[in-house]
Amino acid sequence: MATTTASRKVGLRGVELDVFDQGTGAPLVFLHGASGFAAGAPFVSGLTAKRRLIAPSHPGFGLSSLPDWVELPMDIAHIHLELFDALGLDPRVPFDLIGCSLGGWIAAEIAAVVPERIRRLVMVAPVGVKTGPVDRLDIPDLYTAAPAKIEAMLYHEPARWRVDPATLSDEALTIQARNRETTALLVWEPYMHNPKLMHRLHRVTAPTLFLRGESDGLVSAEYVTSYAALLPNARVATIAAAGHVPHIEQPEAFNQAVFEFLEA
Amino acid sequence: MQAWHFSESAYPYLPPDSEYESIRVNLPNRIYDPVKGAALWDRYLDEWCIAEEEGLEIMLNEHHQTATCVDPAAPLVLAALARLTHKARLLILGNPISNRRQPVRVAEEMALIDVLSKGRVEAGFVRGVPYEISPANSNPVRTNERHWEALDLIVRAWTNTDGPSTFEGRFFHHRNINIWPRPYQAPHPPVWVSTTSPGGATKVGEKGYVQATFLTGFDGTRAVFDAYRKGWRAAGRGNDIPTNRLAYAALVYVAPNEKDAMEGARKLLWYVTANKVASQFANPPGYVPVSAMVQMARGASHPLSAFKSDASVEKAIETGIMFAGTPDQVRKQIARFYDHVGGFGHMLNMGQAGFLEHDETVLGIKTFAREVYPWLRETYPGTGISGFAPRSAGSAEAQIAGWKGPLI
Repeated sequence: MATTTASRKVGLRGVELDVFDQGTGAPLVFLHGASGFAAGAPFVSGLTAKRRLIAPSHPGFGLSSLPDWVELPMDIAHIHLELFDALGLDPRVPFDLIGCSLGGWIAAEIAAVVPERIRRLVMVAPVGVKTGPVDRLDIPDLYTAAPAKIEAMLYHEPARWRVDPATLSDEALTIQARNRETTALLVWEPYMHNPKLMHRLHRVTAPTLFLRGESDGLVSAEYVTSYAALLPNARVATIAAAGHVPHIEQPEAFNQAVFEFLEA
Repeated sequence: MQAWHFSESAYPYLPPDSEYESIRVNLPNRIYDPVKGAALWDRYLDEWCIAEEEGLEIMLNEHHQTATCVDPAAPLVLAALARLTHKARLLILGNPISNRRQPVRVAEEMALIDVLSKGRVEAGFVRGVPYEISPANSNPVRTNERHWEALDLIVRAWTNTDGPSTFEGRFFHHRNINIWPRPYQAPHPPVWVSTTSPGGATKVGEKGYVQATFLTGFDGTRAVFDAYRKGWRAAGRGNDIPTNRLAYAALVYVAPNEKDAMEGARKLLWYVTANKVASQFANPPGYVPVSAMVQMARGASHPLSAFKSDASVEKAIETGIMFAGTPDQVRKQIARFYDHVGGFGHMLNMGQAGFLEHDETVLGIKTFAREVYPWLRETYPGTGISGFAPRSAGSAEAQIAGWKGPLI
């Protein structure tokens, strides 16, 4: 297995992706959520200790470019399929895939299109389907809620994760603004879902673990349960004392749950 | 110079603003009393008709889910005015085409009103303020790109007269464009675009459309007009930019005596001070470029928000977002502004807002029309050239001194 370090730029046709690629062992692909990939987050070192972790920044996130034709998570799924080839992942050897939130949506699109390439799938507080009634949003509206309400939806302990923008570099603020803009582009309408996806998920063959932080104010337990029911071989687990980003708030419990599932 | 009477047709009967989060987007519409609203519409339409009688042109605009402008379908009101009036030009500024799903439908609406009014439509197009995004459920990213593609499609729909044509763009797709009626004016109604940013204005200048800017004050307006002039010249339209390509919207109130003028002006400020907007609606992701978002994260704010926190008539006049006072005072204010920005050909007079009552509004319209407008037309004829070349007429003060029309 290849040994590589940290981030590098991978040029594909019409798009350049910033790809974190570190560690040895069987490839584990990680698809980040709306706030982008933070290489310094504690859960990352836990994953790279055992596996080759491949975490691309999606087009329009981090330092990855955004082609003007990209407007849906499915478009990003296609770009990542090209990335897997560019990185030399053997198409005959299925790999493990983790997707968080928006990244879970992209992971689900990929798994439904090329089920044979995914060995095991971890869906962390994923969005991407609509299972509830017509007059109620499955995912609360991030774009009409006051900022204070949003942090309460995202975190078990909002105060612990609050960042004063004044302490951030221009580069960090630029990445934050790009991430927010690209997220809006992708999730605006239909809000947080692809109406087609629920009709494709039955094709996923990989055993799948849905993980949800018990205080998640965006992705409800009911939603995760109904989402998991669309996949033939999925189960749901909960991480205590965590909100929408359990890998950030509870890195040890998160990594433990991931490895128990991947190594089962 | 052409002057246009404009009101946002607000519904001002609201609870104290401490009792709601935002006057835009989520203010419950149970607060709107349709009976009172109907009475307001009667008077706003009457005021436009009075403005026409006084020789002014007519302008209206469109907003959604807001008490500040209860006209969510400006083409409908424009159509009513097409039949209530007979000579005024009818400016809609404008159609929020990056938030409308069918540009061809917009082309049809404008063409129909042009026919109903026998060629009096001035068709304006706007990207729309950020708080229009949520009501339209419109993606805030790539609004500029959608705006320009939609406008291109609309102009094609107006000008294609040889049976069905097709359009396969990035955002809009049509296979059978063949609108009935076609516009009354040939080749199509004059096109206006409003933008308050220099970047946008350069593009409007390249296209040669009429550029309008709103409440951008002395330096902001000059930057917008400079950008327009740059775009105009870069596109090979010649060195001279006709003033009638440039428009400025300000709060305008004129009365024969200073006391009444200041009282009316204070009421007009409602337009700025009542605009309480929750932050999540004021700046959706993607509406402004990433670099501007970074500046905002560092504390930058829109010049109007700074003004709003400490609004006064005096400050509004000083910054150039308002022209108010006696006719003589207002003539001087406009002349100073005109010289600072390099000249323009249209004054878009926000002559009514909030609790400015009917009689007060009419007094403002009439005093402007009778005591300021004749001077404006004579001093700044529509054939003028915009830019900073010295004019033979001399300074603003000299122009006022040399004017033979009525002074109060």
